[in-house]
Amino acid sequence: MSFFAIEDLGVRFGGVVAVDGVSFSVKQGEVYTIIGPNGAGKTTIFNLIGLIYRPTSGRILFEDREVTGAPHHVAQRGIARTFQNIELFEHATVLQNLLIGRHRHRTTNLLEELFFLPSVTRAEIAQREAVERVIDFLDLAHYRDSLVAGLPYGIRKVIELGRALATEPKLMLLDEPSSGLNPDETDDMAFWIEDIQKELGITVLMVEHDMNLVSRVSDRVLALNEGRIIAEGTPDEVQSHPAVIEAYLGGGE
Amino acid sequence: MRFIFKTDYAQDIRLFQHSGQVFWYGLLLLLLLAAPYLVSGYVLSQLHFTCIYSIVGLGLMLLVGYTGQISLGHAAFLATGAYTEALLQSAGVPFFISLTCAALFSAAVGIIVGLPALRLKGIYLAIATFAFNVIVEEIITRWDSVTGGNSGKLLKAIELFGYRLGSQESFYYFCLALTVLCCLALINLLRSPTGRAFVAIRDSEVSASCMGINLAYYKTISFAISAALTGIGGALYAHKVGFISPEQFTLIQSIELVTIVIIGGVGSLHGAVLGAAFIIMLPQAISIAKGWLPDTIPQAGLQSVVFGLILVGFIIFEPFGLYGRWLKIRTYFDVFPFYRRGTFRRQRSYLRSERLR
Repeated sequence: MSFFAIEDLGVRFGGVVAVDGVSFSVKQGEVYTIIGPNGAGKTTIFNLIGLIYRPTSGRILFEDREVTGAPHHVAQRGIARTFQNIELFEHATVLQNLLIGRHRHRTTNLLEELFFLPSVTRAEIAQREAVERVIDFLDLAHYRDSLVAGLPYGIRKVIELGRALATEPKLMLLDEPSSGLNPDETDDMAFWIEDIQKELGITVLMVEHDMNLVSRVSDRVLALNEGRIIAEGTPDEVQSHPAVIEAYLGGGE
Repeated sequence: MRFIFKTDYAQDIRLFQHSGQVFWYGLLLLLLLAAPYLVSGYVLSQLHFTCIYSIVGLGLMLLVGYTGQISLGHAAFLATGAYTEALLQSAGVPFFISLTCAALFSAAVGIIVGLPALRLKGIYLAIATFAFNVIVEEIITRWDSVTGGNSGKLLKAIELFGYRLGSQESFYYFCLALTVLCCLALINLLRSPTGRAFVAIRDSEVSASCMGINLAYYKTISFAISAALTGIGGALYAHKVGFISPEQFTLIQSIELVTIVIIGGVGSLHGAVLGAAFIIMLPQAISIAKGWLPDTIPQAGLQSVVFGLILVGFIIFEPFGLYGRWLKIRTYFDVFPFYRRGTFRRQRSYLRSERLR
């Protein structure tokens, strides 16, 4: 029995083995972080979980059922993600972006929508209320009606977090939530990740480089290098692990 | 300047956001309803075409402007609708049913054409739809026994529930009603989850699928609805012209339809209607201008040159088309004297991870 588990996951692109026999499991309610130097295969693991890449070996289990199908099936199971390089819907407003996040909770069909029956109005207002809760939670009210295309990077990062939250996920995958953020914004991000875990009870699986943020929010940390696991444990254990130090700083003679 | 105070979520969902919109759209509708009594028969005939092209433009706008799938083959859907209507009318099928069939059959063809769209993007999709256009054109030319080949097909006036729409006025009101209905249907669609899914696919496919949007399903739906509207437009077109033949549904026609969308303004329903009106008026404007031009300028082919120049001009100077220009003018007066040129400047877009697939 496990909440989320990866068993012997591997993928190769031609001759390159990007991820090689990685297994780990995430407990419900924890913040689990994957660290590792550039090219270690962290984002590749996220793309494997999201079924954007097909694994060459191994399997992914969520609530004891294998994760299979197309990327949209993953979202419908309750796994939401953010992207390292922000993938928002640029020519839509913040509100629309968050409403798109509600897609997996849609209750109306095409025919009802063509005539915009009262059922659609009711459903839309319910979706809007859910989105407004997220806007409140992340303090985005000021930007509600602005186009994403005109907003600064730091705000977009938060909107992406909000869009993932709007899907009401059970598991959230955060791909480098602090990349490109200044220290203040990183600090805010840490608060929100803590809140997501403690207030909303959402399990977080995260890839991150900023060790301050990692030690502050993570319950457990996994270190990867060249597609293989080199250490797993609490943030302090992993940070002082000789293999991790060697991976980052090179081997001492 | 208007300030709108929002006190209710339903306010954002409503068809009209404020009383000003009700007034102006109401006035427009009144003018359009009064048009047969105000304008000459010739102008009324141009209004027929404007309505018909608006419907087609709306269909194409949904696909190109909202779902981000380019199509250079929409003349083929126009042909599908037109020929379905012509064949069913000559078989004695009532108009109400034959129009529905034209829409449904076009939608079915749209789904078939949409299938490669699940794998193709951008220019490759353009080429695939282009090829589709050529195939359909070839089929209607060669399949003499059904389509009449190059000698074409003749159509009679529409008969709606026993009432014959023979006159200019009655046909105009019918076209206008259909245009308004198509507009409403699309507005409804775009303010509901399906419409948002289209926009999501346009802006980022990876991200859309990670939000639980089934790319294959929504792209197919978009193609189907777009083709259905174009099919309805085709059926009306067939009745308007009264005679259809393969050379009306060539690639040039497809490009003209795409021009509607680009000149009108990609990503706005207003744009589809504005673009349609523009496309209909332009040839008249050119023929008027011809009288003033010196004889040294060759007359033949002038229209294509002007069309091309206008299209290129819009892409360079006003990528959001006529509607984008209108928004700028309106904002200028709204915030006068504080308008800044930077208001509508495109922001740089940050790095994106489109290389995933």
